[in-house]
Amino acid sequence: MYKTAAYLMIMPVLLILLLLMVYPVGLSIYTSLTDRRIGTPGNFVGFDTYRRVINQPIFLRTLMNTSLYVSITLALKTILGLMLALLMHHIPVGRNFLRAIVLLPWVVPTSMSVLIWQWMFDPSFSVLNWILSQLGLNRVPWLGSPFWARLAVITVNVWRGIPFFSIAFGAGLTAIPQELYESASIDGAAGIQQFLRITFPLLKPVFNIVLLYSLVMTIADFDIVHILTRGGPFQSTHLLGTLAYQVGLPGTQISQGAAISLFLFPILLFAAFFALRVVIRQEM
Amino acid sequence: MKTFKNAIRLMFLYLALALYLIIFLFPFYWATISSLKTNKELYDLRANPLWVYRGVTFEHYKYLFNNTLFCRWFINTVLVAGLVTVITVSTASLAAYSVTRFRFRGRTTFAMGVFAAYLIPPTLLFIPLYQVLRLLKVIDTVWSLIIAYPTFAVPFCTWLLMGYFKTIPLELEESALVDGATRLQALIRIVLPLALPGLMTAAVFAFTLSWSHYLYAVAFISHSPQKTLPVGVVSELVRGDVFYWGSLMAGTLFSSVPIVILYSCMTRYFIKGLTAGATKY
Repeated sequence: MYKTAAYLMIMPVLLILLLLMVYPVGLSIYTSLTDRRIGTPGNFVGFDTYRRVINQPIFLRTLMNTSLYVSITLALKTILGLMLALLMHHIPVGRNFLRAIVLLPWVVPTSMSVLIWQWMFDPSFSVLNWILSQLGLNRVPWLGSPFWARLAVITVNVWRGIPFFSIAFGAGLTAIPQELYESASIDGAAGIQQFLRITFPLLKPVFNIVLLYSLVMTIADFDIVHILTRGGPFQSTHLLGTLAYQVGLPGTQISQGAAISLFLFPILLFAAFFALRVVIRQEM
Repeated sequence: MKTFKNAIRLMFLYLALALYLIIFLFPFYWATISSLKTNKELYDLRANPLWVYRGVTFEHYKYLFNNTLFCRWFINTVLVAGLVTVITVSTASLAAYSVTRFRFRGRTTFAMGVFAAYLIPPTLLFIPLYQVLRLLKVIDTVWSLIIAYPTFAVPFCTWLLMGYFKTIPLELEESALVDGATRLQALIRIVLPLALPGLMTAAVFAFTLSWSHYLYAVAFISHSPQKTLPVGVVSELVRGDVFYWGSLMAGTLFSSVPIVILYSCMTRYFIKGLTAGATKY
């Protein structure tokens, strides 16, 4: 009796997971093995679609871009997020208020804040260039050259991501028992040593999970690049997601789009494996 | 001497934080003043852009409301986010309750499946979902989004609520059952009130995520009157190659305001949901 109720209660979520996630992933794998275009059934061609995708120079460049984007933004978000968390952890007054304000870039819809950044990067009216010229520096072609466009995209991702990192790290910092620091002080361990011997090791579980989660989200990023650069200039800022979209939907080569997006899969499996290990160790 | 050193240290801390806030909140300030400037000032290269010098204007807001489908997109967004929130919270709370209260075969597998699903991003799903939604003939309507959005909202909220229900002691329910309450009564009278903060967190997240979601909305909808705010504002306020930056900024602010208001009323729940995602497991 309870068993039936239990199964009935998980049924809606189970159906959503099976019909809208498991089946589509299967469909995506199947589609990537055909030469399907939007509106045509296509034929089964095995790995031919993958061969076509890999042989395009733009695909390899996109893989490179994606790895560069992910590694740089994760590193910056971790360092700056930790710095901000430590700053906020050590102030006596106004921590809750600050926390609320700091989260704003994370709360505002990404597409909307990216539009604001696009206006700040405007080729003629960029306020950032205006500030640079007031400081006596040269104007910068923000979205006009591959180097600066990559930097722009990374900047926006870091700007949006730091709040999440710092709040999560902050929660981890609060969970560290104060007595550890007190006894360390008695034993004569000073600031840096306390950080390396106490703060860092005890934050490690939080680090792991935040980095894994952010890895998944960043590698699958879409909004920032799609709005800011559309993958340009000279296809220099494409990520797997934006390339899959461009090839698969507006380009109608849906099988190639599926193949490109499926390159995310190994990394997601890796992340899921490690995350599940953490989860199982701590909960079950 | 020590208090003096402490005071200096604190001053540096607050200065650093203030600097951080000025840099990180600048985009919002910039959007606000841009939406209030006249076009003449907005596109004047010699003007100091950091302040409104030549009078505040609401012409960009007027343009937004009178000459674009902004109100329509707003209604669409409310409808989509509202329905997805209802679907998500009802299904996720049932499943989370079941997993944390009953012992049945496949319980652990289901829980791990929910977590794995939480790690599958829309980027992996939008292409096959496009095919499915085309078969269902809902492409280019808001219904495609109401079907698709639960793929990110449901796993997250189920996982969140599982963690939350676990913190409600089983004994409370059991003693109610011993006192003669039915299981349903125990659920409604005891578990639900205690779970309310968790349910609020789930609802707030489902609503915010749906309100802001971009990829599915771009991929599934190209018919203007069916768009949601994020896509409408991004794609429709550009005429040819001309950007209407004043109206664009007005649009970004008006699309973000409901979420910011929700956030300022419920900061506690936002932070709880965020840290639950990061430190709970």
